[in-house]
Amino acid sequence: MEPTDLTPPPAGSFWNDTGRSGITSWIFSTDHKRIGLLYFYSVFGFFLVGVLLGLLIRIELMAPGRTIMGPQAYNALFTVHGVVMVFLFIIPGFQGSFGNLVMPIQIGARDVAFPRLNLFSWWLYMAGAVIILTSLFTGGGPPDTGWTFYVPFSERTGTNVSLAVFGVFIVGFSSIITGVNFVTTIHRLRAEGMTWGRLPLFVWSLYATAWVQILATPILGITLVLIMAERILGTGLFDPSRGGDPLMYQHLFWIYSHPAVYIMILPAMGVISDIIPVFARKPIFGYRMIVFSSLAIAAAGSLVWGHHMFTSGMSDIAILVFSFLTFIVAIPSAIKVFNWVSTLYRGSISLEAPMLFALSFILLFSIGGLTGLILGAAATDIHVHDTHFVVGHFHYVIFGGSGFAFFGAMHYWLPKFYGRRYAEKPAVIAWALMFVGFNILYFSMMVLGLKGMPRRYYDYLPEFAPLNLTSTIGSWILAAGLVLLLVNLFRGLRHGERVGSNPWGGATLEWSIPTPPPTENFAEEPVVTHGPYDFRGAGIP
Amino acid sequence: MDPNLLTTTRAVDPVFMFIFGISLVLLVGITATMVGFVIRYRRSRSPEPTSQAAGNIWLEIVWTALPTIIVMAMFYYGWAGYLALRNVPKDALEVTATARMWSWTFTYANGKTSPKLYVPVGKPVLVNLVSTDVLHGFYIPAFRVKRDVVPGMKNHVWFMADKPGPYDLFCSVYCGTGHSAMITTVEAVSEAEFQTWLAGREEGEKGTGRGRELLEKNGCLGCHSLDGTRKVGPTFKGIWGRNVTVVTGGAERTATVDVAYLKRSLREPAADVVTGYPPVMPPYPALSDKEIGDIVDFLKELK
Repeated sequence: MEPTDLTPPPAGSFWNDTGRSGITSWIFSTDHKRIGLLYFYSVFGFFLVGVLLGLLIRIELMAPGRTIMGPQAYNALFTVHGVVMVFLFIIPGFQGSFGNLVMPIQIGARDVAFPRLNLFSWWLYMAGAVIILTSLFTGGGPPDTGWTFYVPFSERTGTNVSLAVFGVFIVGFSSIITGVNFVTTIHRLRAEGMTWGRLPLFVWSLYATAWVQILATPILGITLVLIMAERILGTGLFDPSRGGDPLMYQHLFWIYSHPAVYIMILPAMGVISDIIPVFARKPIFGYRMIVFSSLAIAAAGSLVWGHHMFTSGMSDIAILVFSFLTFIVAIPSAIKVFNWVSTLYRGSISLEAPMLFALSFILLFSIGGLTGLILGAAATDIHVHDTHFVVGHFHYVIFGGSGFAFFGAMHYWLPKFYGRRYAEKPAVIAWALMFVGFNILYFSMMVLGLKGMPRRYYDYLPEFAPLNLTSTIGSWILAAGLVLLLVNLFRGLRHGERVGSNPWGGATLEWSIPTPPPTENFAEEPVVTHGPYDFRGAGIP
Repeated sequence: MDPNLLTTTRAVDPVFMFIFGISLVLLVGITATMVGFVIRYRRSRSPEPTSQAAGNIWLEIVWTALPTIIVMAMFYYGWAGYLALRNVPKDALEVTATARMWSWTFTYANGKTSPKLYVPVGKPVLVNLVSTDVLHGFYIPAFRVKRDVVPGMKNHVWFMADKPGPYDLFCSVYCGTGHSAMITTVEAVSEAEFQTWLAGREEGEKGTGRGRELLEKNGCLGCHSLDGTRKVGPTFKGIWGRNVTVVTGGAERTATVDVAYLKRSLREPAADVVTGYPPVMPPYPALSDKEIGDIVDFLKELK
């Protein structure tokens, strides 16, 4: 590395224009950009923890019987993998990191509506995370219930379920607060001329997500409190011998946890809707329909939770209704895919790393969505429910969808905040490795599920061995790609080539201010005169 | 066998084919269009965009209406197939499946119990599902049937084997340490064989007797093998008189397996836990001294 690589960012950027110094300038900062980076490194750190746990799961499943651990350790492993990935990475992920970093700038604001609350939300998230981590090493050991904490097992097990559940409860509050903050910000702090029809689609997706966070997360809080009451006070709410009902727990859990899937995927769709027009140099196709479909997904997605319970013993009428609503929610997702693909038509397409992640998102999300139709149809769900088919399906949606969009967002936006960029070629190689590894890993799982291998199985019959081995090999290819991505990206952000204010030619407001952004974002409040994808209007060649 | 009776497999598989078929066409279409656009309009060949089209209302109507029609068709077929899974044929043979951590017991109308589900080929079977502890799931992949086994709730499932043979039966709802070991088989045999089996006692294999029956009935063999293989708990093979290292109240000690030890292990399993095994066994307070005696007699023989 050359000495010039270490020159500090230009004075006046949010990196050095601060009243405090050292760590306190971060953990007590109310600047949305600093909080965004705090969130980014926290959630991404937990993502890497989750990845390691996932790789261990795959090593154990590489061959039948005991490979590296016993059944109890395995059960704890998949539980913690799920809890960390769902509650500590992907639910807070987009909102906390890129939502905080980019959204206020995209609407022309100086900061979010409640900067202190924003910081508090990160602190709550960290407090919840610490409690969850504590639960792994204290009491009866790490929870072994699966991330769904299904009763009555979660009431009986001697592992440290109560503390873990309390941690998730705290993280839930962080999510609600962020939701309130973002809804208020988007309503109240848009710059002059930033009409609802000119909001970037990423902002629209955050807006739809924030409503889901506000309305659905309290149900999770109540449900988790009830588990604690069951375990500590023995209230019997879910215990049939005392007039309780185990299915009631499942309803309560999924009333939150299905909408939570949309908390995970909607912002990812927003990222894709922002990236594709820039790299095709064309306005997004069907802006209004994409906005409408985000809101439709948020609304209809809140009414489909019962499709997690088709085999539970729930009434057939309920299955009829939930199956129908599940198919309704497929329509807005399809509309988005068609609009993204149409945006490419007669554009000028540049296949740089963010675009590769965005285009692979379309393919992987489509596979995830189409296999979701198998799960939505009552007859076919019965066979594949609770099998590896479901595991494969939701990893296609959440990892192939949200995860790949997150990597795309990292390549697209982080250079803006660091003022330096990664090298292009290794980024493309990393993407290719991850794409290939991903499909080997999770497609094998879906075939395993169709053949009947249940999920959460420590051991399996010999007939399932070849595909499990294939899946594990896929996980190594994916991990190799991820390592390359990390080294290249973070090395580039520190020592890479400098970037100007608008490296990709974007028309949204974050590309109109200096790189890295100043603390105040805008020298004077901007007046918006063009849409977010109106490249001609923004004067971009 | 009634040739008009639809098996559960034949009710479900066409729905799979229908949804997979349409999905494949859509996926190939989307991917081919996307890749085609990327190649045709790549920047080196198309340095400037040749359109600034921001939407088209007719296209939006078409690609909203088409998916709506497609998913409604899928919904309908899915529902119709599901009804076939729920409509139990009138003359079905009734069996009760009792699930516990981590084994299955099947009880027939004449009181016979079995750890495997024996069924006659070509006859519909109705399985009533009972759980004695937590949630379990009754899943036979070959017949495309699955239903959760919920404590305190009456659930059932039906299927019909149209060919003889063994079929895997799995627990599909996560239930703790031994979840993946909670598997057994469906033995589909001819009607004549089935009747002989149902009327008779266990075939005269080694270890037949009251003690073994009790072990099977209480699901002990889900976690403790008879042939020396390591399952969730220690094997029963050669257990009588063995010296074992156990953890008692946090301290390790050596114990010899005798009547007192076995009795204590059945009534208070958490009191002495053999090192290297998880402390997960539920207590069996309902076993009488006489029954424990039968079990001990059987274990003494099991060298």
